[in-house]
Amino acid sequence: MKDTTPQTETVIEVRGLRNQFGANVVHDNLDLDVYRGEILGVVGGSGTGKSVLLRTIAGLQRPAAGTVRVLGIDVLNADEDTRAALESRWGVMFQDGALFSSLTVRENVEVPMLGIDGLDPDLRRQLADLKVSMVGLPYSAGEKYPSQLSGGMRKRAGLARALALDPEIVFLDEPTAGLDPIGASEFDALIRGLSHSLGLTVFLVTHDLDTLHAVCDRIAVLAERKVLVTGTMEDMLKVDHPWVHEYFHGPRARAAQAQGAGD
Amino acid sequence: MAAPPGIEITVGAGDSRVALSGDVTIYTATGLEAPLDGIAADRAVRLDLSGVGRLDTAGAWMIAALQRRIEAAGQPFEIAGASAKVESLLATVSGALPKAEDDTPPPPTLADRLERVGRSVVSGLSFLLELTAYLGVFLARMGRALRHPGEFRFTALVHHCDEVGVKAVPIVALMAFLIGVVLAFQGATQLQQFGAEVFVVDLIAISILRELGILLTSIIVAGRTASAFTAAIGSMKMREEIDAMRTLGLDPAMVLFVPRILALLLMLPVLGLIANVAGLLGGALMAWIDLGISPAMFRTRLIEGTDVSNVLVGLIKAPFFALIIGVVGCHAGMQVKSNAESLGQMTSSAVVVSIFAVIMADAIFSVFFAQVGW
Repeated sequence: MKDTTPQTETVIEVRGLRNQFGANVVHDNLDLDVYRGEILGVVGGSGTGKSVLLRTIAGLQRPAAGTVRVLGIDVLNADEDTRAALESRWGVMFQDGALFSSLTVRENVEVPMLGIDGLDPDLRRQLADLKVSMVGLPYSAGEKYPSQLSGGMRKRAGLARALALDPEIVFLDEPTAGLDPIGASEFDALIRGLSHSLGLTVFLVTHDLDTLHAVCDRIAVLAERKVLVTGTMEDMLKVDHPWVHEYFHGPRARAAQAQGAGD
Repeated sequence: MAAPPGIEITVGAGDSRVALSGDVTIYTATGLEAPLDGIAADRAVRLDLSGVGRLDTAGAWMIAALQRRIEAAGQPFEIAGASAKVESLLATVSGALPKAEDDTPPPPTLADRLERVGRSVVSGLSFLLELTAYLGVFLARMGRALRHPGEFRFTALVHHCDEVGVKAVPIVALMAFLIGVVLAFQGATQLQQFGAEVFVVDLIAISILRELGILLTSIIVAGRTASAFTAAIGSMKMREEIDAMRTLGLDPAMVLFVPRILALLLMLPVLGLIANVAGLLGGALMAWIDLGISPAMFRTRLIEGTDVSNVLVGLIKAPFFALIIGVVGCHAGMQVKSNAESLGQMTSSAVVVSIFAVIMADAIFSVFFAQVGW
């Protein structure tokens, strides 16, 4: 295992990004860097384009202007083969898991592995079982269909599918939304643990202040159509922009902080 | 980018030394599986990872599986040359190794087979019962709509009449016209042998008016409309819209079923009539071209030889077919589960069941009319 990568290697580099839907400009001249091995939390009010940013970086949404480089590759202008190779180096977990409803959980996790030439089906099955178990689902969940799972289990299964190929970057869209507090903090611990043991870079869109406290190394705040400020939780508390101040000093933030300090 | 994996196994007197090198990932795992499986579990194993480049969970899993196998045989297992990262990955993976349970189902016995037959019989019967229940619900809501006209969705009814009826006219008319043409042509070739060409008029008139006009219309409508009902109601069910309706005090049967089934009840006889006319026109045209029976003669012969009761016998079936198609379509829509697969399944089953049921009902009607002598 080579451990020579510098701590500040940039794996995602967004420059001058502009996204608009009709006359509605969501992002304008947005810059963002994500470094290897970190967990970056992206926060922002409703409609500030957090999910749009995630979709743009993952290549699901074509911006009006700007460049997006992931792992050194220009996502927007890469040819098909390069893109396909890049896509196997990142994984995306959508908000409700976005599992294929006609496949079992195990088959869902196997889907990304089908693209690997010569992978023995039996080995593939066992690796899928391993991924299912790594995200904390019981062994029997592999046999089930997504409709038979609870929301939290679907999210875990979605994470298992995103991790199927051991990606370097994982995009998580609201991983704890709709989970009860216990489930949410379990999920936080899961993300933190997996990112450590697998060396993942995590790009995480969230509203959940507890998650920000418990998981994220760095936080990026989206406001006024760009990344207003990035930094650690301590940095955020010092920002005196009204929205950021309200967000990190509101009653919910104080509760999360108190809890975070208690841990 | 990727260094090819290498494996070197040295079997010593007391232990096996295994040295892995290169990238041990999911892309290279298949090649390593056989040599790793081949390591004998009868002596200690020392695994050297110092030459390994990239190791992912697939590689870690293989190492963990080997470790488990060796240790299960009571032999010591040692890993050397692992970095801190690799060690934490190995710990995560071996902690997550699924405890494979033996869940191979026992072979089916005769009792299991009998049980399966029994279950499918019961489910067939309960399916019929449910259909009857849906028919009952529809009739009950119709009664309610008479007493509380305010709850009745008139706009929806008009919309569905347009969807089910007006938009189906071109395909139904064309289909019936072609059937008329075919009947005239086939009938002419046979009847010409006996010099009884003129009876082709009776053949066309009776077969189209009594049977084919309404039956084929119903089959087309079943394919078009039952599937549309199932898909519409089913996708509402999938997105919990039906549950939302219930919580808002709206009755899905009143809002969804009544306008749809009623639209079919109103429009199917009209479509049947249009099919009759188009079929006769097609027959008349072919009789004129092929046999030289002029339209005037066709008309005279039609009026003389065919009783109006034939039309009635045909059209009286229309409301029954409409009920079958509508009830089957709505029922199938309500059976959709929360996955995309079941929507497709129920849609196709709605079409198959409604066409089958229409033909079945037509056969029963034929026997019935023969018995009462119409």
